[in-house]
Amino acid sequence: MRVPLPWLAEYAALPAGATGEQVAADLVRVGLEEEGIHGGGVTGPLVVGRVLEFVDEPQKNGKVIRWCSLDVGDLNIENADGTRSPRGIVCGAHNFLVGDKVVVVLPGAVLPGPFPIAARKTYGHVSDGMICSARELGLGDDHDGIIRLVEMGLDDAPVGTDAIALLGLGEETVEVNVTPDRGYALSVRGVARDYALSTGAAFTDPAAVDVPKPTDDGFEVRLADDAPIHGVPGCDRYVARVVRGVDPTRPSPAWMQRRLEQAGMRPISLAVDVTNYVMLAVGQPLHAFDLDRLIAPVVVRRATAGEKLTTLDDVERTLDPEDLLITDDGGARVLALAGVMGGASSEVTDSTTSLLVEAAHFDPITVARTARRHKLSTEASRRFERGVDTDLADRAAELAVRLLVEHGGGEAAAVTDVDERAAVPAIELPVGLAERVIGVPLTREDVVAHLERIDCRVAPAGDAALSVTPPSWRPDLRIPVDLVEEVARLVGYDVIPSVLPVAPAGRGLSHSQTARRSVSRALAEHGLVEVLTYPFVAPEVHDAFGLDADDARRRAVRLANPLSDEQPEMRTSLLATLLDALRRNVGRGATDVALFETGLVTRPERLDAVAPQLPVGVLPADGDLAALQAAVPPQPRRVAVVMAGNRVLPGWYGPARPADWTDALDAALLVARTLGVDATVTQDAGHAPWHPGRCARLEVDGTLVGHAGELHPKVVSALSLPARTVAAEVDLDVLVAASGELRRAVPVPTFPLAKEDVALVVDEAVPAEAVEAALRAGAGSLLESVRLFDVYTGPQVGAGKKSLAFALRLRAPDRTLTAAEAAAARDAAVAEAGARTGAVLRGA
Amino acid sequence: MSGPNTQYDPVEVATLGDAEIERFVADALSAIAAAGSLGELKQARLDHAGDRSPIALANREIGALPPAARADAGKRVGQARGRVNAALAARQTELEAERDARVLVEEAVDVTLPVERTPRGARHPLQTLAEQVADVFVAMGWEVAEGPELEAEWFNFDALNFGPDHPARQMQDTFFVDPPSSGLVLRTHTSPVQARTLLERGVPVYVCVPGKVFRTDELDATHTPVFHQVEGLAVDEGLTMAHLRGTLDHFARAMFGPDAVTRWRPSFFPFTEPSAEFDLRCFVCAGADTGCRTCGGTGWIEWGGCGMVHPNVLAACGVDPERYQGFAFGMGLERTLMFRHGIEDMRDMVEGDVRFSLHYGMGL
Repeated sequence: MRVPLPWLAEYAALPAGATGEQVAADLVRVGLEEEGIHGGGVTGPLVVGRVLEFVDEPQKNGKVIRWCSLDVGDLNIENADGTRSPRGIVCGAHNFLVGDKVVVVLPGAVLPGPFPIAARKTYGHVSDGMICSARELGLGDDHDGIIRLVEMGLDDAPVGTDAIALLGLGEETVEVNVTPDRGYALSVRGVARDYALSTGAAFTDPAAVDVPKPTDDGFEVRLADDAPIHGVPGCDRYVARVVRGVDPTRPSPAWMQRRLEQAGMRPISLAVDVTNYVMLAVGQPLHAFDLDRLIAPVVVRRATAGEKLTTLDDVERTLDPEDLLITDDGGARVLALAGVMGGASSEVTDSTTSLLVEAAHFDPITVARTARRHKLSTEASRRFERGVDTDLADRAAELAVRLLVEHGGGEAAAVTDVDERAAVPAIELPVGLAERVIGVPLTREDVVAHLERIDCRVAPAGDAALSVTPPSWRPDLRIPVDLVEEVARLVGYDVIPSVLPVAPAGRGLSHSQTARRSVSRALAEHGLVEVLTYPFVAPEVHDAFGLDADDARRRAVRLANPLSDEQPEMRTSLLATLLDALRRNVGRGATDVALFETGLVTRPERLDAVAPQLPVGVLPADGDLAALQAAVPPQPRRVAVVMAGNRVLPGWYGPARPADWTDALDAALLVARTLGVDATVTQDAGHAPWHPGRCARLEVDGTLVGHAGELHPKVVSALSLPARTVAAEVDLDVLVAASGELRRAVPVPTFPLAKEDVALVVDEAVPAEAVEAALRAGAGSLLESVRLFDVYTGPQVGAGKKSLAFALRLRAPDRTLTAAEAAAARDAAVAEAGARTGAVLRGA
Repeated sequence: MSGPNTQYDPVEVATLGDAEIERFVADALSAIAAAGSLGELKQARLDHAGDRSPIALANREIGALPPAARADAGKRVGQARGRVNAALAARQTELEAERDARVLVEEAVDVTLPVERTPRGARHPLQTLAEQVADVFVAMGWEVAEGPELEAEWFNFDALNFGPDHPARQMQDTFFVDPPSSGLVLRTHTSPVQARTLLERGVPVYVCVPGKVFRTDELDATHTPVFHQVEGLAVDEGLTMAHLRGTLDHFARAMFGPDAVTRWRPSFFPFTEPSAEFDLRCFVCAGADTGCRTCGGTGWIEWGGCGMVHPNVLAACGVDPERYQGFAFGMGLERTLMFRHGIEDMRDMVEGDVRFSLHYGMGL
């Protein structure tokens, strides 16, 4: 809401010389946040000038400039002989004629920006100032041409008149942000009230006018809402005023146009300007119909399915049975979407002389739904949605009628007032509630005084409660805490003391939370950089990954209104977005990149889940809560790793080592190990997007944890990644669930260690893990550790074979092992490996 | 040394004269002194203190002497051996020290060579900041609550007193799941976790909720469609706005130092009543610089929103609003990071460029 200070000053007594900044500071204290301060910042000379003559001069750059001669009165150039010459000014606009009065800024002036003006040489002339557009003066966004004062109804101003005063350029406009609960503040009247509350300044209600009684010849209006929403009638009051004999050629007065522009609205015609002006002044949206185009009676009713209306913005709209309409001819013809926008058929035109002014009160929910349904947010709908003063329609209409009569030469005629308003219920406020919520001592008298300051009617309701009736412009005040907020606002938030509450003893971070911190820290310490990526993906990423048609990762949640139509889906894997980050880093010149991300992926089990719509403020039944929970798709927490380039950098110590599948697997195992979980690794030949021969599957107790290895060359190529990019993705939820159990102690034996190394020859296809597992099983309880320390393939073991060398470490908890015992354990291990995998001792 | 003396030669007995022994010793000492290395010393030891050394041979002859002379001879030879051995030990120590010193010199390296062989890692500062924030609250006995990012509309809106027709619901720039009748959205704030927490944990409850949220804003220097908030919720008997202020003041001091100052402005949120926005006194200029880039010259930095939990929220979560009341607050982590660390462009945080994270390393 933009509030010009002189307008505000009409309703609230501003101190002399009050600045926009001061007023904004006063308003912010009571909850109207400053959005900006406009206007001001102009110094002259800025005057009315008359175009005496001009020459259009084509330029080499294709432009045609106007070399103009301007009469600026006393500010014309003084010649040596005492005569005066007009000023020569170059102008780029062509929307004016010889004889037009325009706004001329002369050297030495400063326009908003700040933009100082000086005489300057341009297009072969010395331009002695500038002819101004509305935008250059900070009067709006219009920069299509310069201002012609005749269009503003200001052609009477003599040449040389100070245009700063004439156009109100010295006036500041404070723009405040109005929160959705404070509909009343979408008016100068409402802002003036809050200013008065904040500063104690006197408030003068602009709507305090006498209204004529309804007349017998009033235009017939029927309220016929047969489908109220939530039992609230769509319209509970409709005031219609007839004004006849308005001169359609009369413009609205310059001061009104100026205020509309300062408030951010464009002047259009007297009838429209008057309705807008009254709306801005007091907050009541009004609509003016061309009376001669109406057929009585006006009926306010809901639409029927399929009805159509072409609104003032020239859009034909198909109406919904919930839309509330203004119709005429007994309901046969649709005139307007009630409280949102009028229709073209009854629009005021430049030949309209008789008007019907509508001032009604519409149900906020009805208007909100219609505005939302038709994507039509208007000045009127914004106000009705937020709640318009329920006791204002007749007085706002009267204000409009008076302005039409005064400035259009019309005559007020018939008056209609259909009033079906229900009484505003009183709120029972426990006296102690304000103190209990705010934490500041407040007596009964304090509470009453504060509420009366905002025009609540307060009556006793027993010893411990007050019966409070809010004023008609505060429909947002419905329950006791709403009143408490008003008290707090008036007490002043700055007097509330600072008291640290003592929470019951907490349990600290959960196991899952500490586990995730450990993982992130471990990966970062391991040389990976944590990044965050957006979770939005293109469906094509599944193709690039080479996923099968029935792969569960193709089952993705789709957004109805994605930021980009190319990326409408929620990721089903972190790699789908993390690889983009890799590519971006490489594109920016990074060569050795190791990234990780932790985050949620969305893995819907079904795509037709529907979360039930449940009411506000009511605890859902158990079944409804369960249905809500069930409709939310599972969102497992993952960690993913990608690497490209070198893992070991080349240096004085030796050559580089490129990142390879082992680094991805190492990182994945590091994640598991950080949580104290031993993941088992098996070969996975068929899991996209990995290389079929270089993909490890990680499991814990038979549950899939994730995959790691080198990406499939086709994926690398499809996603334009560096060659041999490696990656891992691991489900943190699974790992966290498998971890955290209390670990029992094991004794640390101190008897000597027996070392036995064995080299076993197996078929190349036999996984090392299988041989190791067999050795473990065969060696029995004396085995302390086993470690593969060499793999050999070559002529010494024969084609299709490989030799695996293991170091066995044996120890007994209670004695020194004899050589024979150690050898027996070794032989048993080798025998088991032979039995399970066909391994034979190398050289045997 | 203790074996039988099979080499006994009575002819040599006469050599056990004083002068003779002195000569042996002198020879030994000069050889020891002349040994320039541990190897030469080893040879000297062999030559002058070994089994075939003159002194050893002399020692063997003692047994052949008349009993009266044995004690005297034994004493003289023993002293001679002692002197030689002492010299050997001393020289050994000397030479070992020399060798050790030389080896250490030879083994010296250039410690200014680069030693990092793998590229460096880093945390994302937003994650680090979220952890720091959580730690402040955990230290007060609060716990950290979490919830899904793709959320039922009821939790995101209705449970928080945003009715379907409430203007505030339209102001949230929500991402809706297709089809919109699914009743699912990307959560627009961390506040649905308030409802989940109250339903799951009951009261009294004190939780903070860091998390990712979504609004349909295009990415630019000050907006991102995916960002992070941290929320606080406390519901208990007797909590007032004063406790809310105390909590926020403590939090502000924990994040911005002991001199942090906050102020409140009345505001509106459907799920709190009364509601306020809270600002932080600009910690760069403290209001003294009208050209300050951190606060835009206003002296205050808009930090977040807060208020007393609306009774409709408590009721929707099965908490008796007559008995319990509480407060909630929330702020954007990106914004907090931006003004705390002077980051000027939001895009740096979200594009996944390693250079952004690496600048902060492992902490903040």
